[in-house]
Amino acid sequence: MSVTASSALLVQGAGPQYVNATGLFTLSWVLIALPLLSAAVLLLTGRRANAWGHLLGCASVLCSFVLGLAMLFAMLGRSGPDRLIDQHLFSWIPAGSFQVEAGLLLDPLSMTFVLLITGVGGMIHIYSIGYMAHDPERRRFFGELNLFVAAMLLLVLGDSFLTLYVGWEGVGLASYLLIGFWSYKPTAATAAKKAFLVNRVGDVGLSLAIMLMFATFGTTSFAGVFSGADRMMAATATGIGLLLLLGACGKSAQFPLQSWLLDAMEGPTPVSALIHAATMVTAGVYLIARSNPIFDVSPNARLGVTIVGAVTLLFGATIGCAYDDIKKVLASSTMSQVGYMILAVGIGPGVYALGIVQLVCHGFFKATMFLGAGSVMHATKDNVNMRHYGGLRRLMPITFLTFTAGYLAIIGFPFFSGFYSKDKIIEAAFDKGGTSGLVLGSAALLGAGVTAYYMTRLMAMTFFGRPRWEEGVTPNESPRSMTMPMIVLGIGAVFAGALLTFVGDGLAGFLTPSLGPAEKGSPPVISASGQTLLILAVATVGAVIAYLQFGRRSVPDTARQDVPVVVTAARQALYGDAVNEAVFMRPGQYTTRALVFFDNFGVDGAVRGLAALVGGSSGRLRRVQTGFVRSYALLMFGGAALVVIGLTLAYAI
Amino acid sequence: MSGLAHLGTASYALQQTTKGEAVIFWLLAPIAVLAAMAMVLSRRAVHSALLLAVVMLCLATFYAAQDAPFLAFVQVIVYTGAIMMLFLFVLMLVGVSSADSLVETLRGQRAAAILGGLGFAVLLIALIGSAVSSMTVRGLTAANAGGNVQGIARLLFTRYVFAFEATSALLITAALGAMVLTHKELLVPKATQRQLAARRFADGDPSPLPGPGVYADHDAVDTPALLPDGSVAPGSVAPVLESMSAARFPRPDVLPLAEGDPQP
Amino acid sequence: MSPAYYLYLSAILFTVGAAGFLLRRNAVVVFMCVELMLNAVNLTLVTFARINGTLDGQIIAFFVMVVAAAEVVVGLAIIVTIFRTRQSASVDDVNLLKY
Repeated sequence: MSVTASSALLVQGAGPQYVNATGLFTLSWVLIALPLLSAAVLLLTGRRANAWGHLLGCASVLCSFVLGLAMLFAMLGRSGPDRLIDQHLFSWIPAGSFQVEAGLLLDPLSMTFVLLITGVGGMIHIYSIGYMAHDPERRRFFGELNLFVAAMLLLVLGDSFLTLYVGWEGVGLASYLLIGFWSYKPTAATAAKKAFLVNRVGDVGLSLAIMLMFATFGTTSFAGVFSGADRMMAATATGIGLLLLLGACGKSAQFPLQSWLLDAMEGPTPVSALIHAATMVTAGVYLIARSNPIFDVSPNARLGVTIVGAVTLLFGATIGCAYDDIKKVLASSTMSQVGYMILAVGIGPGVYALGIVQLVCHGFFKATMFLGAGSVMHATKDNVNMRHYGGLRRLMPITFLTFTAGYLAIIGFPFFSGFYSKDKIIEAAFDKGGTSGLVLGSAALLGAGVTAYYMTRLMAMTFFGRPRWEEGVTPNESPRSMTMPMIVLGIGAVFAGALLTFVGDGLAGFLTPSLGPAEKGSPPVISASGQTLLILAVATVGAVIAYLQFGRRSVPDTARQDVPVVVTAARQALYGDAVNEAVFMRPGQYTTRALVFFDNFGVDGAVRGLAALVGGSSGRLRRVQTGFVRSYALLMFGGAALVVIGLTLAYAI
Repeated sequence: MSGLAHLGTASYALQQTTKGEAVIFWLLAPIAVLAAMAMVLSRRAVHSALLLAVVMLCLATFYAAQDAPFLAFVQVIVYTGAIMMLFLFVLMLVGVSSADSLVETLRGQRAAAILGGLGFAVLLIALIGSAVSSMTVRGLTAANAGGNVQGIARLLFTRYVFAFEATSALLITAALGAMVLTHKELLVPKATQRQLAARRFADGDPSPLPGPGVYADHDAVDTPALLPDGSVAPGSVAPVLESMSAARFPRPDVLPLAEGDPQP
Repeated sequence: MSPAYYLYLSAILFTVGAAGFLLRRNAVVVFMCVELMLNAVNLTLVTFARINGTLDGQIIAFFVMVVAAAEVVVGLAIIVTIFRTRQSASVDDVNLLKY
């Protein structure tokens, strides 16, 4: 949709030129319609669809994936600028000069996301068949997953910020529904609410950004906004950029809106894998990458983005070191990895694509690990405490192998995908130059070491060492429907980085029409090979420390309490909730109490007092109505006397 | 007043009534006031009605004295004749026997009424006094030149004809209203003689009510009958008489027959 | 004697009627008091007719009489109706319409 207040405002300038959709690309709406239709069927038909609901759910997503793949090849057959394909669907709100159009934009960036969402999403759908097999509400689960996929596709395919916003809210809704899927658990219900509320803060930022865009450009369509971006005032650009960043922080669980993601792990594990690792949390990255013309105008906004990314990647990594809950460790890791992506898209032109490469690779390896975690939980009766795992590698070989693939990918082991994505971002941060480059690069480098530490800790506690299972737990490998997607995603985790870097122009080259060409900034501070070695060294140090702590020694059943302050803080998620509580909740609570008090005694007091006054006085005045005619007559007589007196006085004067 | 006076004395003659009229006024005005007050203060409604008639007759005389012979006759015929008859008729209907209790039930009503009345009277009199100090009396000699009845008729059928027609409609409506209000719908069949007799037996008192004077110490109709134990037989005196002659009823403490005496 | 004395007389009669209205409880007597007040007013009207030298005052007195007649008819009918249902002609007994 594009909102056009006046066609005169729609300036044609330096922005991207979109070509109209033809042929296969006119079917881009089908990508969204398939999962949406499936969701409607699953959610509306009720129990009748229990038997085949999960199959329909998987089929719709896989069909979308196949269609997306076909479009990818069709797109590859076009030359660069022709790959920006816009399809006008219908006039959403045709109201005089206020025109809102509905349309879809299929370009290399959204193409990447479409394939990631439908591909990884499809795998996770298949995995869910097995994972949720014993859940009586499995059909609803698939319906909501499909709803999520549809909303996410709308988010990445919309050709205006308004369409994006619809999808944005849609994924927020789906996320809420899926975190609270087991809503009979108070923790899940609370976590869902928390996620929704924290996301709302970010959504307000995004909606304000959209309003500001409309006020500035008179339109919210990508074409209109981006073509006018370079003539925008820097202050406006900074404002829009920071508001967009706020929106991205909410959806992508970036500092300071990170607190919901850890609690979101109350949802079923496939949800954690699909929404809170692979796709939805990357929506913020997409938003910033998509809005690159705006950030190009405002270095300040971009600096804000990099700071948020750097802080979050360290923040998440620190938390990840302290938790014993396997899903929460992975969730912190997600925060951290998304922090890398945000950092990348914040660094600027030429590095956007690196963020997207990291995003796709992360989608693979984090989904792999989440599914692996789900598989481990499946085998240990939904126990999430890593201190109750141990020695699972022999009993669950496929899980172990795929998880290892994800593990090697995330720590940036050479030639695994993380090596090509994350390490490139660290290099880009250093290459940014100047003090900021050094600080950001150091933060990213440190993050890599910490990542290696906590991931090694996780591996050691889960798959190695002696078994520390609880009584009655007899782990064994998960069913085929679960292991198969893990294998597929694991293969992706291993090879995605290399494939996306070396096939053809690589993903960066593919994305050039959307994000601009990859370019080198200032000459590297440290040579590329030197940087690679440095990163590997830091990561190795982290991994070795973790191995010495958790691999060599036995893991106690409960966490030690005599630990440094920083560990205690990390176990409390670096007091994120406490800060929110102290800064936002308590003052709000006290304000509310004061207002309630004022309402009760001030407003209500005045109203009730008035009512009591009227009621009381009329209750007394009522007694005048005795029913005795003679009393009334006496009053009339008195009144008549008064009238006579009045007339006398009036004539006398 | 005299229509024959000269112009010079006419104004004086008009300002002052004739001696005859003054005599009539000073004779009848106190009677009217006293009768009015007596009417208010009388315990018996019948007395009030009669006293009101006295006031109205006095007023009729005043009308006649003030060159309003038509109204004087209307006052006598309509008010004293018809309306007072209606009053007496209704009094008979609703119980001539009931004398008003003079005990005031509404607190402060009596004091307020008397004080208010006095104050109002003083106020009105003062007002009139100040108003009539510059009064010029024109007299009705000219207006009544063609006869008072003719003069009234002329005005009534010319200037006031619409009001006159409206009053006729009002009268018709009032007559109909009175009929409607006093009409009693017979909701159940009227009891026959046989049913009344059956009801009396069913009530357990089939004998006629005791007549007055039986076992009494006096044979006047307002003397109640006595029961064998010496107490007063209820219902032995007509209620009207009962209300009028409370003093004749024997009080319980002076019963003529003591306990245990041989019954008469 | 000045004709103004008629006015004083009527003022006194009117006040007596008004006081009677306030003092008496028998509905019929109350009605009589109303009639007394109307008559007092009639006397005023007739006196003013004389003072002003026109017959209009008498005409109005005539109308007052007619209206009084109508009022008495309806009022007494109401009294009779109330008496039938409540066995009382006291205005104090008709006091249900109150707080």
